[in-house]
Amino acid sequence: MTPGQRRWFFLIAAAGLVACYLWAFAGLPGFGDYPGPYGQEVLRQAVRQTHATGVVSAVNFEYRGFDTVGEEFILFAAAAGMSVVLRRLRQERESEPAGEAANQAGGAATPATSSAMRVPALLMVGPTALIGWWLASHAQTDPSGGFQGGVILASAFILIYLSGEFLAFRRLSPVALLDAVEAVGAAGFAAIGLAALVMNLPYLDNYLPLGQFPGAVSSSGTIALISFFVGLEVAAAFVLIVGEFLSQTLLRRRSA
Amino acid sequence: MIPVAVMDTLQIVVLVAVAAGATVVVRTRSRVRQVLALSVYGMLLAILFFVFQAPDVTLSELTVGAVALPVVLLLAIAKVRKPEQ
Repeated sequence: MTPGQRRWFFLIAAAGLVACYLWAFAGLPGFGDYPGPYGQEVLRQAVRQTHATGVVSAVNFEYRGFDTVGEEFILFAAAAGMSVVLRRLRQERESEPAGEAANQAGGAATPATSSAMRVPALLMVGPTALIGWWLASHAQTDPSGGFQGGVILASAFILIYLSGEFLAFRRLSPVALLDAVEAVGAAGFAAIGLAALVMNLPYLDNYLPLGQFPGAVSSSGTIALISFFVGLEVAAAFVLIVGEFLSQTLLRRRSA
Repeated sequence: MIPVAVMDTLQIVVLVAVAAGATVVVRTRSRVRQVLALSVYGMLLAILFFVFQAPDVTLSELTVGAVALPVVLLLAIAKVRKPEQ
């Protein structure tokens, strides 16, 4: 194909794309217009049915709980697959002396962490961990949930690393413990669902007492419990992923 | 039927800022700077979700888009970086 032909091909395709795009835009519903009946019905029923005032959590962990199990195991599989791949790489590196010499050349100039970085990072560790824990345990009452809480909890560990304390980071998050917490989080979610089957109820049915007041922390039955397990799984998965990447980076640095 | 809402000024400003942020991310050539631009872009997206009344999505985007993803990308760049650079 000559450049001229290619240009014509592009122009025709681009014109077609623009036409289809404008056509699709013309058919969009108005801003803020929601024609679906499902959302309105959930808003009407959710608080009464689940005693969870965080209606998004009620949808995530109850009405569409089965979808969330799938999402949870996507993250679980990603973290597991990544640690398998990176671990094999590390072994190869250690058994290969030629690679070591190249590594030593690579990691010569690593500046020490400055106090301007270290002090704020260390100061933020506690509040960050607290916010993460709060979010993971308040999905039933507030716009939060296990996923957000878990990731924020994991960023508390990242802050420990940012403050230059890699050894503390590793000591606080040994891989075996992370693997165990991640497995407990993922299996806990699945087990809560399976327990319903044992009681002759549909999978992930909300069989726990809902509590007296909608909006109380102790309310909403399985929703709060599932969110907590999701928080554990997500926090462990993210610390595991970041920790494995860190080990890969620092392996080279440390050998310098 | 629900009356169709009108986009308010703050929503328009944030939408424009997100479009600008995305353009900056795509146009940045240096890898490390691109990651930092991506982090700012994640922050802008989080503000967008907040302005459009989705605070729980805001929290996810804030932590994943502005912190976790840039950290993983920076570590990956540090790993593959050539010694002379």
